[in-house]
Amino acid sequence: MSIVNEIERVLDNAERVNGDLNSFLSIERNTALARAAEVDASSAEMPLKGFAIGIKDNICVKGMQATCGSRILANYKAHYDATAVERLQAAGAVVVGKTNMDEFAMGSSNESSAFGSVKNPWDKERVPGGSSGGSAAAVASGVVRAALGSETGGSVRQPASFCGIAGLKPTYGRISRYGLVAFASSLDNIGIFGQTARDVADVLGVIAGRDPMDSTSADVEVPDYAAELTGDINGMRIGIVRDLIGEGLDADVRDSIEKAIDNLKKLGAVPVDITLPYAKYGIAVYYIIATAEASSNLARFDGVRYGFRAEEAAGLREMYMKTREEGFGAEVKRRILLGTYVLSSGYYDAYYAKAQKVRAMIKQDYVEAFKSCDAILTATSPTTAFKIGERLDDPLAMYLSDIFTVSANLAGVPAVSVPCGLSSDGLPIGLQLVGNFWGEAEILRIASAYETAFPLVGKPTVFVG
Amino acid sequence: MDVKHVANLAHIAITEEEAALYGPQLAGIVEYVEQLNTLDTTAVEPMLGGLTAEGESTRTIRADEPRSSFTVEEAVGQAPDPVAEHFRVPKVL
Repeated sequence: MSIVNEIERVLDNAERVNGDLNSFLSIERNTALARAAEVDASSAEMPLKGFAIGIKDNICVKGMQATCGSRILANYKAHYDATAVERLQAAGAVVVGKTNMDEFAMGSSNESSAFGSVKNPWDKERVPGGSSGGSAAAVASGVVRAALGSETGGSVRQPASFCGIAGLKPTYGRISRYGLVAFASSLDNIGIFGQTARDVADVLGVIAGRDPMDSTSADVEVPDYAAELTGDINGMRIGIVRDLIGEGLDADVRDSIEKAIDNLKKLGAVPVDITLPYAKYGIAVYYIIATAEASSNLARFDGVRYGFRAEEAAGLREMYMKTREEGFGAEVKRRILLGTYVLSSGYYDAYYAKAQKVRAMIKQDYVEAFKSCDAILTATSPTTAFKIGERLDDPLAMYLSDIFTVSANLAGVPAVSVPCGLSSDGLPIGLQLVGNFWGEAEILRIASAYETAFPLVGKPTVFVG
Repeated sequence: MDVKHVANLAHIAITEEEAALYGPQLAGIVEYVEQLNTLDTTAVEPMLGGLTAEGESTRTIRADEPRSSFTVEEAVGQAPDPVAEHFRVPKVL
């Protein structure tokens, strides 16, 4: 079959499920087919030749929309390719569409998108997780094998967990952020969803590595990730944090995690008890640092150079205020307000400076833990996918669903979520493996060995693969 | 927290209803994050960014040479009110 035919099939599938799921904000039929024809015509060897991929709508693809799920960028089109996208296309991948997301990646349920909620392919009454919910649903429903998302506090791993697929947040600096619209620059990463950990490894191998366009991308050798997925995890030491497998976890999630530990033992891995004494402060630190950085990064949306501008403002200042009032949704406003408050005169030391110190303590937790283990295992999320609307009135409850994921962003270490079972009501449960700095290969090897030996039994109700 | 004052600093106009909604929500979040005050951090150096040792040692300086950039059309083409290759805004004073 030609690549054009294959991409046509993917585009048809994307259109077929989008009425149910709202996972794509744009399906780029013309561009994708033109690109597929180019790839077909090329005789070059390409590692991802004809590989269909979805891209979260806060990552720039030249000529395509980049709304960030926000009204303020509803008509915005990107002028250039993100480095990750450029590398994917050079490797033969074909972008088939831009995926739905929480507005400016702020949310854990995809309900803050200005363009409607995404539905979970396993149960359309439930959220797919967030903020990269559209990418997760596009992969879980079988439309694409992989998609890019972004992570600031769990926005790839948590939706991967809710949708029963693999999702990776890399080490800070592993993947260039050039072309990713900034939310909280010291925490942001481009992340990868795949139907399997192998799909994730294939994409990571192409997009990882130093990029002169992102001064925070690090000059660190990129391993052959696909070759690292040997299936052999014999003797690998898996750190277990007993405090994190207790209260606050749904019973089904807890049972599933306990079973996963036993399963890993069967594969030859060795559980070792470790502690992360300051992990419990992660959410508090996160919501100070992330909102502070966001309040600064989102100051650029002012109705002057691009994007939405409110009509009928009497002067410049009023134009800014009205544009931002009408252009941003409630969750984004809440976070800008919080971030502005913690940075404001008289409060900076009490909140922001304090949070940076506790962040250092959390990072030190990981440095200590990795002296005695190769990966750390937790649940990805304390619950399975919740119902749409259930947590909208209580922002703090929504934030607390990121309890297991935020500390990897604070410390800068990589982490992957891989399915480890279904709850009694048939919803996926995710297992999180956190790796040492630059240790993506190790955690992907464990994730791949796990999903190969203990595949998820069951399929989403919306599935086209 | 004086929500209206903070909204003014953030250049976001908010209504009385929004202030009444966000006020208690933000107060709840602020109360939650204040648990950090129970920690003694006097001997801790703040972590500036999520940088790794490898990231910090990466050479990021390049030669200061002109490179191609956006065209004027690209730079102003998506502005809400472009005029003669400039951005027009409502009166400042």
